[in-house]
Amino acid sequence: MKAVITILAVVALASVPLWLRDPYLLNALITTGIFVIGAMSLNLLLGFTGQLSLGHIAFFGIGAYVSALTSLGFDVGLPGGFRVVHEPWPPIIGLVFAILAAGLCGYFVGLLSFRVRGAYFVIVTISFAEVVRLVALNWVELTQGPLALTNIPSIALPLPGLSELTLRTKMQNYYLVLVVALIAYLLIARLVRSHFGRAMRGLMENETLAVSVGIDVTKTLTLAAVISAAIAGAAGSLYAHYIRIIDPEVFAFINTVTMVIMVISGGKGSLAGPVVGGLIFGLLPVALRPVMAPEAQWIAYGGVLMAILFVLPRGIVPSLAQRLTRRRSGAKALALTETGVEERA
Amino acid sequence: MIARSVAMTIEQVAVRFGGLVAISDMSFTVGEGEIVSLIGPNGAGKTTAFNVMTGFLTPSAGRVTYRDTALNGLKPHEIADLGLIRTFQRTSVFPNDTVYDNLLIGLHRQGRVRLLDAILGLPSARASERKLRQRAGELIEWVGLERRAHDAAGSLSYGEQRLVGVALALAAEPSMLLLDEPVSGMNASETHRFVELIRSIRDRGITILLVEHDMPMVMTVSDRIVVLNYGRIIAEGTPELIRNDPAVIEAYLGHGAARA
Ligand SMILES: Nc1ncnc2c1ncn2[C@@H]1O[C@H](COP(=O)(O)OP(=O)(O)OP(=O)(O)O)[C@@H](O)[C@H]1O
Ligand SMILES: [Mg+2]
Repeated sequence: MKAVITILAVVALASVPLWLRDPYLLNALITTGIFVIGAMSLNLLLGFTGQLSLGHIAFFGIGAYVSALTSLGFDVGLPGGFRVVHEPWPPIIGLVFAILAAGLCGYFVGLLSFRVRGAYFVIVTISFAEVVRLVALNWVELTQGPLALTNIPSIALPLPGLSELTLRTKMQNYYLVLVVALIAYLLIARLVRSHFGRAMRGLMENETLAVSVGIDVTKTLTLAAVISAAIAGAAGSLYAHYIRIIDPEVFAFINTVTMVIMVISGGKGSLAGPVVGGLIFGLLPVALRPVMAPEAQWIAYGGVLMAILFVLPRGIVPSLAQRLTRRRSGAKALALTETGVEERA
Repeated sequence: MIARSVAMTIEQVAVRFGGLVAISDMSFTVGEGEIVSLIGPNGAGKTTAFNVMTGFLTPSAGRVTYRDTALNGLKPHEIADLGLIRTFQRTSVFPNDTVYDNLLIGLHRQGRVRLLDAILGLPSARASERKLRQRAGELIEWVGLERRAHDAAGSLSYGEQRLVGVALALAAEPSMLLLDEPVSGMNASETHRFVELIRSIRDRGITILLVEHDMPMVMTVSDRIVVLNYGRIIAEGTPELIRNDPAVIEAYLGHGAARA
């Protein structure tokens, strides 16, 4: 049942560029897809370990900058008169570096905050995002500061035998994002259903009991932070090579908030939750644009979020799933009593 | 008495909470395969002793050694890795997971596979997963909760949750098990079944340290009893010895219980 829904959803998403020709809508879908990947990575932490990363956009932004700089090249002076010169490399290598760099940052943030428990992770992630934003803003020689990195090349896929396929059109980028999102989804699904995912759930539900059966808190949470950050880094890389311009505004707190809203509305701790929440809040601006000024839209988001949580308190996917199973088990119980009656009769 | 090798040594352990002395100068040993009970009035320091042995508390003085490893400074999960597993006085389960999934989480120590193998679903990871599922089923059967296997652990009765707690501890493959008031909240027949369970745990070669207020149970099941009062050991010996010890009767058993 679940698998059927998943396959249908994938087929539906894959068919979109075949019938949707409006470049504006396709563009909205691509950026939404990129943020959905970010939201999925946030959900791995928030939904499956209970840790709130309020600086999650830092990993996304680091991925964006690392990928952009790898593919643009740079020439910067370091203290002591050294110069580091990097010639441009293919963007696809930038994507790999983005994943590694963001994952490494996730490792250090995790290591710093998971030794002491409580609100530390929230605080460390917020501070980390702010520090990274300031670096991006002020290390002008590397990042161009507020002037932005421009002319970031599009991702090109190396094709065996042939030369390369540079992904310039919207349709190509749509499929790129869809494929990366699918990989991220499957990765997270496999992870949370494995032995590691059970350790995460155990820690979230009853930490004392979990450690008493041998689950290592620091290791488990740090692992989740690394994978989550790495996926966010991949999303950032896609963003940089699609938008092709990146500035320190990418680190704005509001971007983290958007991802948190996507996760909470769709349902944290459910695999499909961030996808559903992400599609709603990613595409809401498209629907609201003709009727509302951008500033007023935030009020509308708040309203929509509250309405969703009022009707479906655990988020769209978990609450709906709960209702379905309740109805079905109700039907089953009824069927049982009926057969019981027949037998006795 | 047969000479056994020593599993756990507690040497001059003291615990202070601010001005309160919860344990002072506690020393005793537990032999391999033995069932030792730690008894005493409320607030005597029994749970505190468990917390020290399992790394949840650092003692103010003294040391605990398990099978030649000093436990000082080890974290709870590291101590669990030595095979020293405890249960909790208050019911402790993973409430939102089914009983079956509770046991799968409890089987953590048996299920360690490489991350990449698990994500790629390699045969080794899948074989390990099959083994865990089978083991979880066996444990559920063993504590007699088959009919509750797919209910959320938090929805079970108090006594059933205690059984889940014990099954969880067993899932972690202990070589020594610390049980903190396992039958509190159980009715007489549940308690009777539990005594059988404890014996069969011991028959598997697992050493047991038991904290319990149910004296008939303690007297029937224990090889040896250690009595705590106000953080001090006031007596130690076989059940017959303890039953007739004037200091124990005075501090804890009362004159009625001695005849029971
Ligand atoms: N974390 C703590 N902080 C302060 N005092 C504590 C703490 N834990 C226990 N105590 C105190 O230490 C003493 C021993 O408590 P402990 O829980 O070990 O008793 P116990 O023998 O297990 O009692 P019971 O039979 O009621 O479970 C008590 O006076 C208790 O109030
Ligand atoms: Mg106690």
